[in-house]
Amino acid sequence: MAQKFTLNVNGKDHTVDADPDMPLLYALRNDIGLNNPHFGCGLAQCGACTVHLDGQAIRSCITPVSAVGGGKVVTLAGLGTPEKPHPLQTAYVEEQVPQCGYCINGWIMTAAAFLNEKKKPTEAEIKTALEGLKCRCGTHMGILRAVKRAAEMMG
Amino acid sequence: MTKFEKPAAFSRRAMLKSGGALVVSIGMPISLDTVLAVSEAHAQGAGQFAVALKPLLTPDQLSSYIAVNADGTVSAFFGKMDMGHGITVAIAQMVAEELDVPFKAVTVYLGDTATSVHQGGASGSTGIQLGGKQMRMAAAEARRVLVEMAAERLAVPADQLTVVDGVVQSNLDPTNNTGAAKKVSYAQLIGGRYFNVPLQWNKQYGNTLYAPGKAQPKKPSEYKIVGKPIKREDVAPKVFAQEDFCTDVKLPGMVHGRMLRPPVAGAVPAKVDESSIKDIPGVRVVWQNGFLGVVAVREWDAIQAMQKLKVEWSQVKPPFPPQASLYDHIRKSSVRKRTVEKENGNVDDAFKSAAKVIEAEYEWPFQSHAGMGPACALVDVKDGFATCYTGSQKSHFVQAGIAATLELPLEKVHVKWVTGPGSYGRNDADDCAMDAAVLSKAVGKPVRLQYMREQGTGWDPKGPASIHKARMAFDAAGNITAYEFTSKGFSRVDVDTNGGKPQDTLAGHTRGVELHSGDGFGVPAESYEFANKRLAWETIPPLLDRASPLRSSHLRDPVGPQIHFASESFMDEVAAALNLDPIEFRLRHLKDPRDMAVIKAAADKFGWQPRPAPQRQTGIKVNGRGIAYAQRNGTRVAVIAEVEVDRSSGKIQARRFVVGHDCGQIINPDGLAKCIEGNIVQGISRTLWEEVKFNDKTVTTVDWISYPILDITETPSSIETVLINHPEIAPSGAGEPSIRPVAAAIANAIFDATGVRMRRVPFSPDRVREAMA
Repeated sequence: MAQKFTLNVNGKDHTVDADPDMPLLYALRNDIGLNNPHFGCGLAQCGACTVHLDGQAIRSCITPVSAVGGGKVVTLAGLGTPEKPHPLQTAYVEEQVPQCGYCINGWIMTAAAFLNEKKKPTEAEIKTALEGLKCRCGTHMGILRAVKRAAEMMG
Repeated sequence: MTKFEKPAAFSRRAMLKSGGALVVSIGMPISLDTVLAVSEAHAQGAGQFAVALKPLLTPDQLSSYIAVNADGTVSAFFGKMDMGHGITVAIAQMVAEELDVPFKAVTVYLGDTATSVHQGGASGSTGIQLGGKQMRMAAAEARRVLVEMAAERLAVPADQLTVVDGVVQSNLDPTNNTGAAKKVSYAQLIGGRYFNVPLQWNKQYGNTLYAPGKAQPKKPSEYKIVGKPIKREDVAPKVFAQEDFCTDVKLPGMVHGRMLRPPVAGAVPAKVDESSIKDIPGVRVVWQNGFLGVVAVREWDAIQAMQKLKVEWSQVKPPFPPQASLYDHIRKSSVRKRTVEKENGNVDDAFKSAAKVIEAEYEWPFQSHAGMGPACALVDVKDGFATCYTGSQKSHFVQAGIAATLELPLEKVHVKWVTGPGSYGRNDADDCAMDAAVLSKAVGKPVRLQYMREQGTGWDPKGPASIHKARMAFDAAGNITAYEFTSKGFSRVDVDTNGGKPQDTLAGHTRGVELHSGDGFGVPAESYEFANKRLAWETIPPLLDRASPLRSSHLRDPVGPQIHFASESFMDEVAAALNLDPIEFRLRHLKDPRDMAVIKAAADKFGWQPRPAPQRQTGIKVNGRGIAYAQRNGTRVAVIAEVEVDRSSGKIQARRFVVGHDCGQIINPDGLAKCIEGNIVQGISRTLWEEVKFNDKTVTTVDWISYPILDITETPSSIETVLINHPEIAPSGAGEPSIRPVAAAIANAIFDATGVRMRRVPFSPDRVREAMA
């Protein structure tokens, strides 16, 4: 049975009527109207649905809406704006990373959480942090350039 | 306000208003609303009223490609689309260049059947080669017409006029700043009105559509914008989550659909127990012959309904051979069609009289598009009119497919391309659009259908599996006397390269339309010259003649990677047998100077020191280098791979790639380099990891665990590109050529490192370990 949940997303509270087992992804996309987390696999295997929950990168496609509680959810749209971009967003534009761009939430949100924890990472550390994320267009070289550039910007 | 609340953002009206594409017919002062009404009527194919005001959207009208808006900006209407390589930028560069307007003044509208003519969609790396050629000619003609109009207006001969940033000015008195008489802008000449200028259309639709005017395009020496590295404007909207993908489009009253696929390929629903999902609110089942889908108001409910619906499927004989005998199946299968594409000399006699023959056979598996997301389409069938939002590469074919599927006239179907979750050929997008159309018509509401992961990877049309036999004959002195190369495999057009006909889509098959499996494969594209040479292909029938998860079609560089894996591995085998450096061997036999130039360019950049392969190395981890090269429709590519082989784990680590690339005139070197990078990475992935697996019932590789692709921890340390620019040679394609030689370059590098020849893709750790044992 559907229940009411209050979700804090990108700094705003939203009340959602949903099956407790419904993954957060569908609440974000269909109830709150945020298109940026994408459905890629529904299996936590690709990262296209990645958001931050209290600063941690999580896969919203397998996170039940009932498990979010009072946690603060941030999506790519809440990470930065053209006026106040996150360094990763600046770097992504500078490096012209994406091709189709459908995978972008996974890489940027995972890298953002990682760079918050780890200053001046090595290339090997960046690769390990991003292991398992998928990009089918093969933009991996650009992703690495952008994450390295953002890491430099973040000191 | 989020975009969720603005479904109208996708209407033609909004596009015309926001996009600045306000174009009214010459000399008719009418209101914006009239224009919009007319345009919408026109878009829907309505009668003479529209025709009187606006030339029909036909290939023989300049206005079908180019419009100068009231503010002087330019709209370019392009019947192809951008799969992420930034072709939008390249087309804008070509249009701006010919028109002499600033690059920023041009907006390219892509793949909308209401605003662009059928140029074939994204297809065969022809975006610039053929699509861009047409846009260049149209822009040149627009400039010619505008200069003529200016000549009349200014009373200055046309050959005494210069265009700078969309302003036509007289050369006769360049210092005259006293009045407007000697200058006139494009906006003043035609802004907001149609050209109504006919073009010489070749009467073809699709990739080969060509409709030049009277104008000659500029000489490359005059270029100011073409050839410059200009960045994409769609990157920032993606990075800031401001761009809608086709998965994000919503319409009022929209419901969500999901499809059900049989557990045994070929089975159809025999009984459907709707009571099994009666607790799910607003759910509906759509069952037509073998077609079975569900819709619900909420997406999660549609997914639940798909998972919970009790279906009894018909009993059918499992259609597929065991995975392990796939290549034997191909070997033994009857040949449906054989084509010799190239032959010179007398190959059979040369082999009969040969003193020595080297031969080898290579194998390539079925591969999946495995898009980043499974396909999605939104279709609204209402009042005898269908509107479709799709990520398909080919919106005009989707238009035809929906028209045929729903039995609607073509002009009653509007298909709008919106960026999809990746596309590398005939993937699941067209099938999804047809399924969504059937669902929408059945429930009378707009239906957004997205496939599930297992459907995207499991049920997309597959790149065909194949075997390739190569042999080389030598005389007693060791000279090559003959070469023969034959591919045998499933067809690249078992289903066609688009969903334009129901016989080629799952919706067609499941609703009772028969498959008409086509025959197509290919031969190596190279310029090796031997006295006796034959290149041929053979196709075999599909494993299942309807709705098959192993139906085959185009996957990026259709059949190119498999053919050139074999042919360029074989050239290496021959070089090694002759104890020759692989590059030296190739250069001895190649005849095309541009082929030789890309190889030399890659070799120079790599720092290639000539020596025969393999190296004699000991140790667990060993390095090797390999080269392979190929042509593709005018483009030439050489790839040098450096890899590390772990003989104990079987793991291949790509180290360094150097690519020599010649696609004639370069429009945007930045976009080109990134396009090549993606090709190389995807090529490494397909070589090292990708293989569709199946049991006797169906495909079993259905997600990223069962169908792994290259991980970021496995990407090479560097991919360096050497771009050879030939401004004087018409541009050829770049979207696919550079994936073509990757597998052979890696196989040749593994051989160089270990002396072991890999003849079956993928080179997964298991298989490499086995080969090294």
